[in-house]
Amino acid sequence: MLRLASGEKVLSYVLILPASLFLAAFFFVPFVQVVVEAFTGEEGFTLAHFRTMADDWKFGPALANTLGLALVVVPVQITLALVMASLVTRLERGRDMVLYVFTIPLGISDLAAGLIWFALLEQNGFLNSILYGLGLISGPQNLLDYRNTAALFAAVVVAEVWRATAIVLVILVAGMGLIPKEYDEAAEVFGAGPLKRFFLITLPLLRPSLQTALILRTILAFEVFAVVAVLAGNNLPVLMGETYSWQFDLQDHKVASAYAIVILAISLAFTVFFLWALRDRTREAAA
Amino acid sequence: MTSLATTEAEAPARAEPRRSGRLLMASAVAVLVAWVLVPIYLLVVNAFGSVAAVSAWPKSLVPEFDLSSLAFFANYAGVPRALLNSFLVAGLTMVMSIGLGAPAGYALARFRFPGANLFRLAVLMTRAFPLPLLALPLTVLFIRVGLDDTIIGLALVHTTLAMPFAVLIMASLFLSIPEELEEAAWTLGCSRLSAFRKVVLPLALPGIAAAGIFAFVISWNEVFAAAVLTIENKTLTAFLLQSLDVSPLPLKFAGGAVLIVPALLFLFAVRKYLFSLWGIANR
Repeated sequence: MLRLASGEKVLSYVLILPASLFLAAFFFVPFVQVVVEAFTGEEGFTLAHFRTMADDWKFGPALANTLGLALVVVPVQITLALVMASLVTRLERGRDMVLYVFTIPLGISDLAAGLIWFALLEQNGFLNSILYGLGLISGPQNLLDYRNTAALFAAVVVAEVWRATAIVLVILVAGMGLIPKEYDEAAEVFGAGPLKRFFLITLPLLRPSLQTALILRTILAFEVFAVVAVLAGNNLPVLMGETYSWQFDLQDHKVASAYAIVILAISLAFTVFFLWALRDRTREAAA
Repeated sequence: MTSLATTEAEAPARAEPRRSGRLLMASAVAVLVAWVLVPIYLLVVNAFGSVAAVSAWPKSLVPEFDLSSLAFFANYAGVPRALLNSFLVAGLTMVMSIGLGAPAGYALARFRFPGANLFRLAVLMTRAFPLPLLALPLTVLFIRVGLDDTIIGLALVHTTLAMPFAVLIMASLFLSIPEELEEAAWTLGCSRLSAFRKVVLPLALPGIAAAGIFAFVISWNEVFAAAVLTIENKTLTAFLLQSLDVSPLPLKFAGGAVLIVPALLFLFAVRKYLFSLWGIANR
């Protein structure tokens, strides 16, 4: 690895060239284009598209719903994934099987997850049928009433927690595998109970994985789209859904790009925030 | 695990609470397993129900193994085409991700060259962006170059999603294959290329396949870019999304079930690699 004959140098550039060109063409260029589209009109720089976006009555609710969903969904997912990961690592038998089951939603698209929960929650769906069978309700209830924003919000939260906790779980389980067993054993020898060990040993040592999981999940939470489309249609506006309808239904690429900039901006802001909030303070103290 | 066993042997007095703790743990695991599996099971019940049963009240929790919903889905206008499109886009994404990602991963694993860190950073940076949004400007570009509403155009966008994973997975995969094996092959008269083909590639093949499957699933499941970029050549996700308002219930549920089947099969195939894949991809 340390040898670097000039031939190898050439070879390494040849090897990364296709991937680099691809990223330049399909990541950096479109990224610049989104920015240009969002900020330019016929006479150069303009904020008109952002004004159009903000003046639309759906913008406020879309922003509030997207942030609200992320704020509720991500902490629940992190907590649930921590519980799942702790359980799995303590299992003596069937560990692989349980892990496989827990990670199944990883392969399921947000659209399919939306449809799965739609089957449960729709008026003639399974939840109503079960409640009816238990004698708790007298007939089909409309659980996804378009006028009941809170119910729609809750349905999306449940479907998102069901679908996307797996990715957090995988990151955390991989992270827990990197923590030396000796720390936990030493703490146990000194009489620390399971809860104390979890909060004083596992959780602090899991910080890098938690950071990764938080960043990844928060960005993905801002992209929430198909689950909402299936369960709430247009009655629970979210940023990605509005982007889609400006682009596809209203055919206004400029305003769609403005929405894209908003999503990019909040994603970036939260990434920076998590990088800062969960930075390695021990290294800082040493320096 | 071992610590648990030894403390139990040393402290039989504490065995009783341990047992109840274990019972608590087992029930927690059971509840969580049910939380994951029951919703999927219920979708399958719907997919294997007759068209009448899907809209019936109250619903039966037992599947009747009636294929009429699935047949209805398969014969619905646009579905076979969408299914084929999904396969083609995902297949192409898989090929391009590996084709671009494997060489770059090999370079990152074997050579320390100026710019390597910059390249790694660029790859990692893509992860911090809501990539499907990049489909917006690409619609304009694709119209200009004639790639609008094509399988290839969409596959290019999906490759942007999947390739960064492929690069990182490949890098760590090649890193795990000892360089000494390659060097031994050179001393035995192999060229760099034939050493790679005869020594490294066979060892790396299962991991490459897993990374490819990973790319396939990413593309198969993608909704936003697919819905924005395709009109006539819709993928299954784009088709289902755009017909949400008009499609009857059996179509929705059968479509959902069809959507999850390949993903589950593939996930099962790569389950051994799942944690190394994600562990690497998210470092």
